[in-house]
Amino acid sequence: MRDTLHRFFRAARGAGVRISPAESIDAMRAAAEVGPADRAILRDALLLTMAKSGEEKAALAACFDTFFTHPDFDAPSAANDDDETGEGASESGTDAAAGTASVQASTELGSLAQMLLAQDRAAIAAALSNASNAAGLTDIRVFTQRGLFASRVLEQLGIAQLRDDIDALTTRNPADAERLATALRSLRETVSEMVAQALLLYGREEKEALRNEILRNAPMARLEQRQIAQMRVLIRQIARRLRERFSKPRKRQRRGHLDVRRTIRRNAAWGGVPFMTAWKRRHRDKPKIVAICDVSGSVAQVSDFFLLLIHSLHEVVSDVRSFAFSGNLIEVSEVLEKNKPEEAMKQIMSSVGYGSSDYGRSFVDFERGFMSAITAQTTVIVLGDARSNNLDPRADILRRIGERSKRLVWLNPEGRMGWGFGDSEMPRYATFCNVVRQCATAQQLERAVADIVATYQ
Amino acid sequence: MSRARAPKTCLRGLFQYAKSGVKRVAENTSSSASIEAVERSLASAGYIASRQIATAVYLAEKIEKPILVEGPAGVGKTELAKAIAASRGLEMIRMQCYEGLDEAKALYEWKYAKQLLYTQILKDKLGEVLGGADTLAKALDQLHDFGDVFFSKEFVEPRPLLRALEQPMGCVLLIDEIDKSDAEFESLLLEILSDFQVTIPELGTVVAIVPPTVILTSNGERDLGDALKRRCLHLHIGFPEPKLEERIVETRVPGVSATLRKQLVGFVNQVRTLDLKKLPSVSETIDWAKVLVLLGASELGHEMVKDTLNVLLKYEGDIEATLPQVSGFVAKADRQGVFG
Repeated sequence: MRDTLHRFFRAARGAGVRISPAESIDAMRAAAEVGPADRAILRDALLLTMAKSGEEKAALAACFDTFFTHPDFDAPSAANDDDETGEGASESGTDAAAGTASVQASTELGSLAQMLLAQDRAAIAAALSNASNAAGLTDIRVFTQRGLFASRVLEQLGIAQLRDDIDALTTRNPADAERLATALRSLRETVSEMVAQALLLYGREEKEALRNEILRNAPMARLEQRQIAQMRVLIRQIARRLRERFSKPRKRQRRGHLDVRRTIRRNAAWGGVPFMTAWKRRHRDKPKIVAICDVSGSVAQVSDFFLLLIHSLHEVVSDVRSFAFSGNLIEVSEVLEKNKPEEAMKQIMSSVGYGSSDYGRSFVDFERGFMSAITAQTTVIVLGDARSNNLDPRADILRRIGERSKRLVWLNPEGRMGWGFGDSEMPRYATFCNVVRQCATAQQLERAVADIVATYQ
Repeated sequence: MSRARAPKTCLRGLFQYAKSGVKRVAENTSSSASIEAVERSLASAGYIASRQIATAVYLAEKIEKPILVEGPAGVGKTELAKAIAASRGLEMIRMQCYEGLDEAKALYEWKYAKQLLYTQILKDKLGEVLGGADTLAKALDQLHDFGDVFFSKEFVEPRPLLRALEQPMGCVLLIDEIDKSDAEFESLLLEILSDFQVTIPELGTVVAIVPPTVILTSNGERDLGDALKRRCLHLHIGFPEPKLEERIVETRVPGVSATLRKQLVGFVNQVRTLDLKKLPSVSETIDWAKVLVLLGASELGHEMVKDTLNVLLKYEGDIEATLPQVSGFVAKADRQGVFG
């Protein structure tokens, strides 16, 4: 039981549930308390002690179900036997009779062959789990190892002996040999199923770590459809990390000078002896962000992830207003707050997306409608490739935006090499920005946002 | 003492499970029986618990861990603590969390004023106290006897957390809406939650006489720290199954007829499928049932539903979104009442 639980913890870690040693001790104690007989109760107990959020609960529940369903060994059972006996014109009567007869005949066979002939499911299941332990099945990591581990498990089961037995029986007792051969085939299937399940349980951890590492450094503008969903998950993880980093230790840093007036007032009851001190608090704003995002062509995907990240930072960022543009500019804050990210992006794209970008006109739209959104505490983030199709860039408006705001940050998904070539207006815009950075991968995006938030701390 | 021994016994327990099949069966029937017993005793206190909730309560008692209850508002998180207290005949100490809650309000307060008063009395009496001493050393010795007076429990005003540790019979400590408090407050709780003790700088460590049963509730307004979560059993209470909800309404509002109960639970369950700002929870169902009983309804009627919808839904927008659907829902609930 203890080993089983340990293996289950490993599988659960693979499924993305973080389990510390303390939690595993708790889970052990809980499992010892309720016992393994009632699976529903055991499942509840493990969910209670190990999973610490709704998502983890779901993941762990799925993991529990996979883990505790053993691939059942399909012995050439009643149904198969019926077929055979049907062909043989009911020569051997009932299955039971056939079973007892073959068991008597097979006393000199190997243990595996005996188990298979007697259709002793419990013994076979036990032998299977022993063999998988001996073969170190929990070490399986990648799918190419499936064959290797399957043959190791079969070896541990004693397949060599079984083959010899079959060979020996073919001459003496062809019927039994035939039965054994069928049993061997289904045994092989069971083992390969078991190995596949083990891969699902234990191989996931490293696979995901590797995949995330690749994804973090992949250019966001050129992702495949399949990767986009994974990227969203990754962005949520990044948002979570940033929240944890920036939302907590604020209070102590805020303590300023002694507030003399309030201290005297508070201690009037003790004749002015200052027992309780009152402190001024240094005023500190949460970041206010105005995000202006290009959603034309190749930049759209990056804007999507950027908006998703900014809007999942509620605890850290008090006030976000987002604007999207390609040919013209609209405010999209409400759409993003109210809808799921996928739908919100669809709506935004259908109203302003896919056009050829006109930075000049979009800045004019912004100055006319939303300039009042920018105060001295605001950080303005412009995300775009600054390729304005040779139209008037209106860098003067960007200068005014920069003057009104606390900081003006430009994030460009293109590499620095491309800035200023072709229709790129980046050098002209860059003079008015406090910071200009490249922002093509998730990692760069995380760093950029972390820096912006950190300036407020 | 008993807590220190617990892990070992548990490991031994595990081996026993592995070894003897006969004993395993015996022990397990007893564990599932005791979970049912918990379910029954909660029911006797007027709380209909699902199997999962009962398991959590049972485990919390057995392995002495707090329960962190999460779930939408009004599903009976706070009620659970009350029911545990009532079923065990213990006192419930409740601590409501809010932003800016600090240790002076949660744990203890040091009564400086009283201490100051004592100091002044001592100043007057100093001559009398030291009267007998001729040397400085003797005088200091005599003063040391008084020293302890100045850092004693006399000057501690216990607040809910400290009070919970000092209950001689044990108690149920409810820390309500922990997500509303600051992150610093969480760290303050850690010592209590894992060791059932607090450290007071002036006095030293206070250990619980009997470890209290701790229930924390959260509406998920903010993510709680991992350190806090790690110390708790994590229980999520969602909206109950219709069958369970009917039983809850039955115990809470005894005057409701069986058909009306089925209909109104069916109706509420359909409202929950809509996309609303605040979905109606169990407490709203109970309130609604009470209102319907007061109005003398024996069956769910369209007009009656439309008039009383404000009991069930708390936002104007939600009511507007639901109104056009009422007829359909009532008809459907009717059908379920007949066939279900």
